[in-house]
Amino acid sequence: MLTLQRLKKPAREVHLELFADKKILTVSRFTALVRDLLEENFDQLWVEGEVSNLAMPASGHYYFTLKDSGAQLRCIMFRASSRALKFRLQNGMALIVRGRVTVYDQRGEYQLVVEYMEPKGIGALQLAFVQLKERLAREGLFDESHKKPLPILPNCVGVVTSATGAAIHDILNVLRRRYLNIEVLICPVKVQGEGAAGEISAAIRDFNLYRKVDVIIVGRGGGSLEDLWPFNEEVVARAIYASKIPVISAVGHEVDFTIADFVADLRAPTPSAAAELVVRNKAELVAEVENLSRRNLFAMQHSFTRLWNRLESLTRAVKAPDMLVGHLAQRVDDLTDRFHRSFTVDIRCRRERLSALLNHLRLTNPVVELERCRERRLKLSVRLENAMRQRLDDGHGATALCAASLSALSPLETLARGYSLVRKYPQGSLVTDSQQIEAGESLELLFRRGAAVCVVESVRE
Amino acid sequence: MAAEKFETVLKKLEEVVLRLEGGELSLDDSLKAFEEGVKYANFCSRKLDEAESRVEFLLKQKDGAFVKKQFQVEE
Repeated sequence: MLTLQRLKKPAREVHLELFADKKILTVSRFTALVRDLLEENFDQLWVEGEVSNLAMPASGHYYFTLKDSGAQLRCIMFRASSRALKFRLQNGMALIVRGRVTVYDQRGEYQLVVEYMEPKGIGALQLAFVQLKERLAREGLFDESHKKPLPILPNCVGVVTSATGAAIHDILNVLRRRYLNIEVLICPVKVQGEGAAGEISAAIRDFNLYRKVDVIIVGRGGGSLEDLWPFNEEVVARAIYASKIPVISAVGHEVDFTIADFVADLRAPTPSAAAELVVRNKAELVAEVENLSRRNLFAMQHSFTRLWNRLESLTRAVKAPDMLVGHLAQRVDDLTDRFHRSFTVDIRCRRERLSALLNHLRLTNPVVELERCRERRLKLSVRLENAMRQRLDDGHGATALCAASLSALSPLETLARGYSLVRKYPQGSLVTDSQQIEAGESLELLFRRGAAVCVVESVRE
Repeated sequence: MAAEKFETVLKKLEEVVLRLEGGELSLDDSLKAFEEGVKYANFCSRKLDEAESRVEFLLKQKDGAFVKKQFQVEE
């Protein structure tokens, strides 16, 4: 995107003249012509694009390319301009730059000499703040482990701020209101604009050289981001970090956080608050010593009264021993009487309770219960015996009947009546049908007594 | 005693007062404890009063030496 500030007319005429004369130019001459043309026509313009190929050599000049999806543009930012830059240039950053076009004769390249740039979308100061904060955090400047505790007993407070600003008045007002004997040493510095950061960091170093301050307050009243800027500068952050004396930062109003706040050992939201933090320690100590002093005295008085009372009562006892003995004797009598009375009543009570318990015990005596069980067992075993005998008698009758039937069915009885059993010999299977046998087979005949083996002569149906 | 740190003496004062408040001490020991307590309390108060109440500028000379200058309230 180009915004041309002005485009001069003579451009076209130069071209026409060159072509008309068929003039032959040296490369240098031609390049010089091109440069003149470009430099005259593009002398103040704004370009936006993305940074790439960034080089930042020791010379302090920045070299980079601005590009978008369709083209790229060589850029250079000379040290005079780059020095004033608050934020750090990085590849990939979206920028809006202001500059003029020149031609680098030796390489036949045109380039944009950038005089000013700002990040697109976010303010330059804001970006610088974020970048520095990230960098110092990575380096460990904000680490809790590095933070020093405030002094137990601050006698001298060093203040780094403007001699004429609101901050010093706020701080002194708080100290005056507390009526605390605290020495305040002010190192007057610029707190905004060119050179302020240098003065602030030098003042912190000076207090460390002077040494006789217990805590340093660094701050100023509220203001715009630009006004507070010195407290966001790296030199100030490093001076605070290097300080052997604890530093309280007190910049602006409640909401403004600066880099100094992150590095400081303690951050106070305002200069007045910083003063309160310093004197609070001292005020608390004064109160504590007073309180202990008072308790010391009270405890002594109490101790004394207690010992005095004991002494007094002992003296009294020594003065009138008879009376004391009489008194004691009466007390002994009294106690004995009370003892007896309570004892008698007690026994009566216990006796009644005992008889009630015995009665109860009698009713629930296990021996009685045991006897009842034994009786029941006896009755049951007699009944069992009777029942058993009855069953056995019944059994005898039945057996006799069965034996009679059995003997009637016995083959021996049948044989006794003259029948014989025929079995195959020697197999022994019973023969009940003539078809079971053939002529010439051996048969065994069983009689009531004895047997005979015979041979079949013929078989009939 | 003069070389002792404020915190150390404050701690001692605290201990003495607690002992005395315990009420177990004899008269002699009570008196001794009380006197110690007074001594410690005085030391602490003196330390707290040591600083002067004043406001000054600290200015660095060209040779690096520091000078103090009275602070004037500029209204």
